[in-house]
Amino acid sequence: MDASQPFTPFGVPGDLSRGDASPPAVSARLAEAFPLLQDLDEAGRLRDPAALTIPDAMLLEVWRRMVLERQLDERMVTLQRQGRIGFYIGSIGEEAAILGTAAAMQPQDWIFPSYREHAAALLRGLPLETFLCGLFGNAGDAVKGRQMPCHESWAPGHFVSISSPIATQLPQAVGAAMAARILGDDMVPLVYFGDGSTSANDFHTGLNFAAVKRVPVIFVCRNNGWAISMPRDSQTASETIAQKAVAYGMRGERVDGNDLLAVWNATRRARAVAAAGGGPTLLECVTYRMEGHSTSDDPRAYRPQEQVEPWKRRDPLERVRRLLHARGLLDEAGEAALREGVRAEIQAALARAEAAPPKPPVESLFEDVYAEPLGRHREQLEGLRRAMAADPRVANPRHADD
Amino acid sequence: MNVIQAVNDALRQEMRRDPRVVVLGEDVGAFGGVFRATAGLQAEFGEERVFDTPLAEGGIIGAAVGMALYGLRPVPEIQFADFIFPAFDQIVNEVAKMRYRSGGQYPCPLVIRTPYGGGIKGGHYHSQSPEALFIHAAGLKVVCPSNPRDAKGLLTAAIRDPDPVLFLEPKRVYRAAKGEVPEGEFFLPLGEAAVTRPGGQVTVVAWGAMWHEADQAAREAAAEGIDCEVIDLRSLQPLDLDTVVASVKKTGRCVVVHEAPLTCGFGAELAALVQERCFTSLEAPVTRVTGFDTPFPYALENEYLPRAPRILEALRQTMAY
Repeated sequence: MDASQPFTPFGVPGDLSRGDASPPAVSARLAEAFPLLQDLDEAGRLRDPAALTIPDAMLLEVWRRMVLERQLDERMVTLQRQGRIGFYIGSIGEEAAILGTAAAMQPQDWIFPSYREHAAALLRGLPLETFLCGLFGNAGDAVKGRQMPCHESWAPGHFVSISSPIATQLPQAVGAAMAARILGDDMVPLVYFGDGSTSANDFHTGLNFAAVKRVPVIFVCRNNGWAISMPRDSQTASETIAQKAVAYGMRGERVDGNDLLAVWNATRRARAVAAAGGGPTLLECVTYRMEGHSTSDDPRAYRPQEQVEPWKRRDPLERVRRLLHARGLLDEAGEAALREGVRAEIQAALARAEAAPPKPPVESLFEDVYAEPLGRHREQLEGLRRAMAADPRVANPRHADD
Repeated sequence: MNVIQAVNDALRQEMRRDPRVVVLGEDVGAFGGVFRATAGLQAEFGEERVFDTPLAEGGIIGAAVGMALYGLRPVPEIQFADFIFPAFDQIVNEVAKMRYRSGGQYPCPLVIRTPYGGGIKGGHYHSQSPEALFIHAAGLKVVCPSNPRDAKGLLTAAIRDPDPVLFLEPKRVYRAAKGEVPEGEFFLPLGEAAVTRPGGQVTVVAWGAMWHEADQAAREAAAEGIDCEVIDLRSLQPLDLDTVVASVKKTGRCVVVHEAPLTCGFGAELAALVQERCFTSLEAPVTRVTGFDTPFPYALENEYLPRAPRILEALRQTMAY
């Protein structure tokens, strides 16, 4: 590599001075220390046959889940536009960063999510129907309608509860890793966050605690370039996220986050190091948020569409699709059947979810605040029931005279 | 035994009983804590169960959350209650809401121990009483003992409780408050107030360090012929309202004492509850004797604190109403 030239992994040098969120050209020094690791190129070709460490059946299954997540995101945005759900936050373009990490972990490893990792929750066994009930906040919701859409929890799959405040899950994941070590468990937590979260105090605290205590944990930064309307370079003046690992005294790796194989391999390495007592890893997955932050914003208001175009060529699903075809694991008919199967799965789950009672029972309002409701909770429930009996509008969204 | 020794005793008892109990915080390890509350614990239980953390309260509580979710019973120490605010988000948005927001899937049982309160020449950042801020965050239990016996019994209960508990330790009387403490396992249920002085004319409600001031005021008032019933709340959330209501229905008068600022202090909640439940029994308005609506001062801390003379004057005025 010519050390005098900036390293431009995607051939599109970013311009930090213009708030450009595309992968920035990094200096030769950093490119050498934190190369952007890629195993599957944008055309879906293996850079090294040895990099294909995912068993065929699992590769196909992970790709099916990528397709499921993509279709789910697209369908749910439509549902939100139709007014059937209030909010949605998806992961279009980031499926490899999410599924490549989650699928590379062991079933006993806890996942501390940010709020885009629905694919990881489903991978861990959260029934699609239950996830959809959560979007409706209806009686089928696993969190009893207590959170806005896309804040799922699934304890049976060790998928921890989602918080809207950013980065709070980082020190929590460190604590879980400490606990597992105390108990002698082979458990390595995987914790997700975005590039915006690297500005938060809990990012610093989490990484610092983990490195000082040398706990087994994997910090996955989905560097998707954007924190709502703010580009990555408005969050940090570091050329990469991965280099921050140096200051904390831990491993750092930087991978093409749209490359399922690179993400998978980096996660496997990080887990092996952690499980062997080698401490934490900061894994930067360089990816791109193809849509708005959520259904509540329109990205056209703050970023030029030209910036999005190059990333369409880097689509994480397309690369794996080409690999599957090249390896004979998928043909046109099989792919069509798979896509139709996913569509039908979503449709059927949606039908079941929409059939659930529209609200959880009113007494659930007072449950789970504590292990047992307090006396005042019982009084407040009685008062609420009386109010509802006296005037049904108490439970209705509209109460003014129309 | 004093309050610090009682806290240490409870921690040791619970760590011996339950291997899931772990202690973490700043200087809590080999040094045994700046107030010596964790002295000797690391020597007995090792560096994995009793450990120092980097200086970041949000990290201490955040890590404790992860440990609690995973099945341990962490007892993090915040060195002074004044330093708890970097962890406010973790406590209010994470600890308190974890069970609720996960639909009961992720309980978060932990005990945050922290010395609180003024009267030790600590100025603004070693003196505050933030109990009301945390009582307001549904999902937390808030406990505040006044004496060694209660400290041991309530801390034991807090560690065994299925819910997260903020355990406020009255540092003003850490060493000054001495008393008999039962040996071995000793448990006092949360949510039970203690009537520490029976009386018939006026109810005085206090907790923590200010209970001692309330008790002194009641003794001085007795010399003036005012017969006070003193209640040590011990647990602020859950609140033993029945004991307070029964007392005020008997006495017809109520004085609430706390060292936190007046406005939106827990005394406001108590005054509201007492007037709701005891309206027809009241002979005088519910009176609050509290800190002022200022930051906690250094030079004027005696004037700031609701000590016995101010409480005594409030008792006189309540009786004369």
